[in-house]
Parts: sequence; structure tokens; C-alpha cells
Amino acid sequence: MSLVDRVRALLGSDAVDLAATPDGVPRVAPASPDAVALLLGTAREEGWHLRIEGAGSWLPTDAPADLALTTRRLDKVPAIEPQDLSATAEAGIGCDVLRQQLADRGTWLALDPPGLAGRTLGSVVATASAGPLRQGFGPIRDHLLGVTFVTGDGRLVQSGGKVMKNVAGYDLTKLEAGGFGAFGVIVLVHLRLRALPRADQTLVLEGAREDLTQVAEDIAQAGIQPAALELVSPALARRERWALAVRLAGSAALVAAEEAGLRAATGGRFAALRADEAHGFWMRAAESFATRPVTFRLGGLPDSSDELLDLLQHQVGDEWVSVSPGVGAIRWGGETTVDRLRRLRRTLAGIEVPLTLERAAWPVRAAVGHFGAYREGVGPLVAGLRRTFDPGEAFVVAVEGTE
Amino acid sequence: MTPESLVEALTGIVGPRHVRTTLPERITYARDGLPTHRHVPGIVVLPGQRDEVIAIVRLLAALGVPFVPRGAGTGLSGGALAAGDAVLIVLTRLNRILKIDPVNRLAVVEPGVVNVRLSAATAPHGLHYTPDPSSQTACTIGGNVAENSGGPHCLKYGVTANHVLALEVVLADGQVVELGSPGGEPWGPDLVGLFVGSEGNFGIATRIAVRLLPVPRAIRTLLAGFGSLRTAGEAVSAVIASGIVPAALEMMDQSCIRAVEDSVYAAGYPREAAAVLLLELDGASDAAVAADAATIEAILRAHGAGELRTAGDAAQRERLWLGRKKAFGAMGRLSRDLVVQDAVVPRSALPEVLETISAIATHYGLTVSNVFHAGDGNLHPNISFDGRIPGLRARVEAASGEIMACCVAAGGTITGEHGIGLDKLRYMPLIFDGDSLAAMLAVRHVWDPAERVNPGKVVPVHACREWQRGAGRGRAAAEPAA
Repeated sequence: MSLVDRVRALLGSDAVDLAATPDGVPRVAPASPDAVALLLGTAREEGWHLRIEGAGSWLPTDAPADLALTTRRLDKVPAIEPQDLSATAEAGIGCDVLRQQLADRGTWLALDPPGLAGRTLGSVVATASAGPLRQGFGPIRDHLLGVTFVTGDGRLVQSGGKVMKNVAGYDLTKLEAGGFGAFGVIVLVHLRLRALPRADQTLVLEGAREDLTQVAEDIAQAGIQPAALELVSPALARRERWALAVRLAGSAALVAAEEAGLRAATGGRFAALRADEAHGFWMRAAESFATRPVTFRLGGLPDSSDELLDLLQHQVGDEWVSVSPGVGAIRWGGETTVDRLRRLRRTLAGIEVPLTLERAAWPVRAAVGHFGAYREGVGPLVAGLRRTFDPGEAFVVAVEGTE
Repeated sequence: MTPESLVEALTGIVGPRHVRTTLPERITYARDGLPTHRHVPGIVVLPGQRDEVIAIVRLLAALGVPFVPRGAGTGLSGGALAAGDAVLIVLTRLNRILKIDPVNRLAVVEPGVVNVRLSAATAPHGLHYTPDPSSQTACTIGGNVAENSGGPHCLKYGVTANHVLALEVVLADGQVVELGSPGGEPWGPDLVGLFVGSEGNFGIATRIAVRLLPVPRAIRTLLAGFGSLRTAGEAVSAVIASGIVPAALEMMDQSCIRAVEDSVYAAGYPREAAAVLLLELDGASDAAVAADAATIEAILRAHGAGELRTAGDAAQRERLWLGRKKAFGAMGRLSRDLVVQDAVVPRSALPEVLETISAIATHYGLTVSNVFHAGDGNLHPNISFDGRIPGLRARVEAASGEIMACCVAAGGTITGEHGIGLDKLRYMPLIFDGDSLAAMLAVRHVWDPAERVNPGKVVPVHACREWQRGAGRGRAAAEPAA
């Protein structure tokens, strides 16, 4: 029996789409977590290699594989609990659809990941790609109460739970968030929500990059706690100069007080955006990264933003850059080469700044790896964890490069 | 190697003063904060330097001897007890604050630094370390990392895992690994996140980089009394749903209120109230906090708050908090022994679950007092009893089991901040199936293949489905669950 016939027999003929992928790899869309487990259990027995796909709008769907496993039929939202500010959603739900369903119940998932609005929740979690809201609400992992995932040999594993605090057992959710699918396919996510902010105000200041990083520092010193504080390159902001955008969200009283504090601390130079302008500003910045051939992120210290931007400008350019100076995080998008990426990662490792390759074509991912330049002792731990969760190497994921 | 020669080798590393071998010395370490578990360790060693920790772990690795890391011993799960031939490594002498970086708002500490000491040291910079377990005047940052500790102010600011940036860890074989980065972005998968809360099973953290936050410029602390646990629970849900996130939202029931008011920690709580809520709001400006406080007060009144008070100054605020933080100590007045339980439920389930717990207490003829992190749904039903009375311990155990089962049935979990340790091993199969438990055990083996670090804790091995032995998938548990 051929591979495709075998999968059809397992999951039903409607689960397989032969002509869907540009590279001719059969695409399989299991309709339930159990079906994912069944598929991967069989993959382990048969030695199949699979790539994991969501909506196909972020990571290029080009990894060489026997099958493409897409989560797009795992698109249910089993629970939204406004009273508890929690929700449970399947991994294949589009973030835009989920966001609307949450808003209808007065709740908000405080995430603004890079990429198109329809990017799947599973993709955002698996790649831990936080956006500007990480300033106020933390990285992706801070929004997760638990996940259910399927290992490379078809085991359904549950981690965490649905409640706000949970220290029962080891926190495998942390491994799945940002594991790029190397440790399992995420099928179900339990989320921590916020109440939909009563007020949501974005203010923007344009200027020279160095001046704006100083303004960002002034804002931090003034004790203002913005939801987002983002320094955006001119191309990304679609403005003449660099833009420092401040997003304030919360109760009307809180936002009014924070805005007054912001104006007092910065000499009243910020311009307030209308709601539609603010939406457009943040959406364009997020979506632009999906149009660049390569995207990576750096995790530096707040006081290193200028130095890191200088380094990027020198080595790979700084046309498409978004910086959260309050937390030291930088996202870069653009066109570059394997050699430049490797050199940049080595340079950054020397100053204790990790570079995580977020998206690129497969040849670049395979050569550079999502991760690299590990600190002492980390490599064997990562290898051990991969063997644990994917003993047959079913998942085609460029965890490390080939250097 | 004989026990005598092991003692000699350890003495060679740390000096004779820091190896404890006599029974009176070792008995000191036989318990943690939970009275229901007791193991007198065979050997206790107290390294004072990171290099001594590495040397000890390498020595024990070479000999195949298990060991248990321990901080201040304030844990509440029996997690830091050493049974059998395991050596207890007490880390309280590694108590140096190695670095405070006010610009980047981070600190690097050794594991034995006492929680509250770090905030005191960073206060001159207008910064503090936010996770604040009730034991914060005694517990160590290393212990907090092992347990992923919480505390009242974790409602707004998150638990320990949200504040740890990087770790230096000594693995079971003595190898030193560096996890995370000063900025918090991992080098690869989030091994810091995986390590935090692993209850000492993955190794010993010898250096810990943590995030610091600005001390809030404006704070308002409210106390609200309620006529029933149910209305207090409903008020909690209403506050959470309002969109205002308090820095802390704590609840105490009448038994707890009276224990506090009868103690030296008397805080002026209303003795006749069935429950009080202690709620704190903070922010960057007085105006914003005052406006949110007005909204919250209206919500509390609408949900039946009788007495409603606002701390007028820092001293009043401190007094209100002292009563809450010392409530466990005050409950020592109620009876000779106290079991501090820990579970989490969805916040909307609080009213029903509190009533069920009350019914369980009545059924078993036990005194249960509740003092807990209501804003997170993190319950602490505390059972006061006299362990000398025959049969009473068994009733406490049975009641604890029923309380856990009721919380799980409500969609909750068996621990929110105290950990599994020894105490809750038997409840793990209530919330995890055999494959999920086996996955945890397999992860443990990546860090510690021989299970020598804090053996016998966290994962109930008998309940794990077989993992990675050929076609183990889907197979039933090797042994029946206890």
C-alpha cells in the first residue's frame, strides 16, 4: 500500500490533499488530536518524515518531507471563559478568528505576533514569536496555561492545565513554546486572557534613532508601564524617520493618567493616533515581516539596543527592524545570506545575545538552524530532549544548522 | 566507599564544620514546612562556594550516591527531604548577591539568598524582586526557583518562572551548564522555563539571574468584609472580570481571621465577617490608582461587601499585610499540627469549591481554615489537628484527598505553588495520564539519567506508561496506580 493510501485508510480520504503543496508533498489535515496521534504513531512505524504546517503564511512550507501535516482542521475553540479569563483553542485556529471570538466575549489575548492576521495560534506558540505587546504582557509563554501536544511517535501528552497557577509536574509547556515543533505538534492550547481594554491609545514620535532610544529610556524612568513601547524603522513604520510608538491599554483612568505622564516625561511631543490609524500602524508593522525572505530575533539587554542596532546596520542592514527597547528584544527582517547570518550569530554570542532564526527558506534554515551558538552544556540537553520526544526523527525541523 | 570515608571526602571539600553527621544535627533537617513527612538524612553537607557544590556533586556522581538540594526548608510538599542514603546538600551558605544592574533591571544571586533580602538590596534603586511567598523572610531564591514559587503579588506580576532570566546549573554528573541569557531570550528551547519548578530533579542552580521591577509609585490597599464565603468568592470573579488587575487579591475565612486577630499579628480584621478580601492596587500614578480603586469599591459593595476600609498610610498597609502573611503562623494557635494544602480552581468555581471544602471538613470533624490567593483561584485549605490523637492523621489524609479530588473535578489542579514533592505524588494520576507522566519521567532522564537528584519526588513512577521501549505506545501502565 502506498504512503498516501495508508494515510487515507487511517484518517479518511478527505484528510489528504495531494495537489495542495507547491513541492508536491501530500498534505494531511487530521481533524482531531487523536487523529494526529494516530498519524504520527504510524509515521514512527513506517519511518516517515513530516513537516508541520499551520496556515502556511509564516514559515515557508518547503521542508523536504514525505508528508506535510497541517493543523488547519484543528480549528475549534472548545471554551472561552470570560469569568475566569481563560480559553481553550485548538492549534490550527487563525489568530484573527480567535481574536474576534474572544472580543465578542469581552476578552483579549494580549499577543501581537509578526505575520499575517490569519496566522495560526499553534504557529505563534511553537515559534514563540511575540510582538510589541511583550513589553507589557511578557513573552508567549506567559500567556499559556497549558498545552497538549503529540510526540514524534504518536503519544498525546498533556502539560499544565486550565487554571492560572499550576506547578504540578515539570512544565513541558515551556519546551513546546518556542520549540519550533521539534518536540511535538501542538494540538490544543489553554490560554490566559485579559479583559478587553476599555481604553487603548497609541502615540507616536518620529525622530533620529539615537534620540528615540533616549526617549524610550525617559519613559521607563518615569515609571510609565505601556502595553507596548516599540522603536520601528522607517520602512516598517512607512514614515520618513524612525518612529517610537507607545501603546497604552487598560481602564480609561489608567490610560489617561499614563498618557499625561508620558507627555510630562517627554515634553508633549508624541502625536496620538486615531483608533483606525493605530490599528493600521501595528498591523502593517506585523505583516511586513511576513513579506521579508528572512526574519530573526535577538534577545539583548535594554541598554544594548543602540549597540545591537549599530551591529545589525553594519552586518545585515537595518531597513526592517522593530525593537522593544524596554525589554531588549529586536526583530529583524530582510534579505541576507547564510554566511552573514552565521557570522552575526557568532558575533552576538560573544556578547551573550542569542539569535533565533524565525523564518527563511529551507536551505537557509537547514544551514543556519533556528538555534545555534549554544552556551556550555546546552547542546546535549537539546539533543536528549529531541530524542525523547521524537525518537524516530519524524519531524523535519532545522533546530540547529550544519555549521 | 563506606559512610565514614564519604564523610571524610566531603569534609575535604567543605571543611569539618560544614558536614553534619550527629543525630541531633541531622534531625534539624528531617522535615520541611509540612509536618506529615519526616526523613532524617544520613549526611548533611553545607557548601559555601559554587566550586564546592560542583566538587560535591562530582564526588557523589563518581560514587553513584543520590543527593537532595535544600534551601531554607520552608517548602510545603516534603520536597527537600533526603531519605535512604541520599546526601542532603544545604545551600543556605551560598547567599551572596553577585550583581545588581539597575539600568537593565536585573540581579544575579546565589541560590541561598533569602527572598526578602534581594528586594531590600535593590530598594535603593527603586526596584524590587516581585515574587513574594508568605515565607519570604526565610525562603531562598534557589528554593523559589526549584518550586516555581508564587505569592500574593503574583496575580499581577507572575510567579517565579516569569522573573528568572538565566541560570547556571550543576547537573547530576557535575557538569556545569548555562541556561538562558541576561536578556531572557533562550539559546534554543526554553530550558530555563523547563528547569524552574522542576523541584530539584534536574540539578542545582548555583547562579540565578532574575528580573527586577520598579517599586510601584502609587499603592492602595483595601480590606472588605463579607457575610459569606460565597459572596466573597463572587466578588472575586466580578473584580477579575472588570478588567482591572489588582496587584494582589487575597481571601481569609472566619477561622483564619480569628486566628490572626487572637495572635500578635492582629491586623484589625473584622472578627464577625465570614470572609475578608485583602485587595491591593498599584500603578505609576495616584490618580490612576484612585480611579481604579473607586471602580473596585463599587464592585465590592455591589457584591455584598459590608465593612470596606482603605489603608490610610504605609503603616496601616503593612499591618494589614502582616496579618495575611503571618496567618499560617497564627494558625499554629488553633492546634498542635497544621497541614497547609494547596490547589487551584477556576476563579468562577471558588464559591462552590469553598462550600464543598467546608462540607468535607464537617464530614471528617476537622477544622479547616482558608487563607489564599483568591485572584488566582489558588486555594490554601489549612487543616489544624493534633497528630497525637489516634486515627486523626488518617482522617486528615482522607480529607486532603477529597479536597484535591473536588478541586480537580472543578477543572483545577493539585498544586499552584507548593509543588508535588512527596506529599502529592499520589494525586498526580488525578490530573495526568500515563503517557503524560511518562513524558515527564523521560525528560527527567535527559537531565539525570540515574534519577539521583532528589529521588522519589514529583513523578509517581508506577503510574507512568512505558516510554521509549520499542512499541510502548498505548500500552497500559506497568503497575497499577496506587
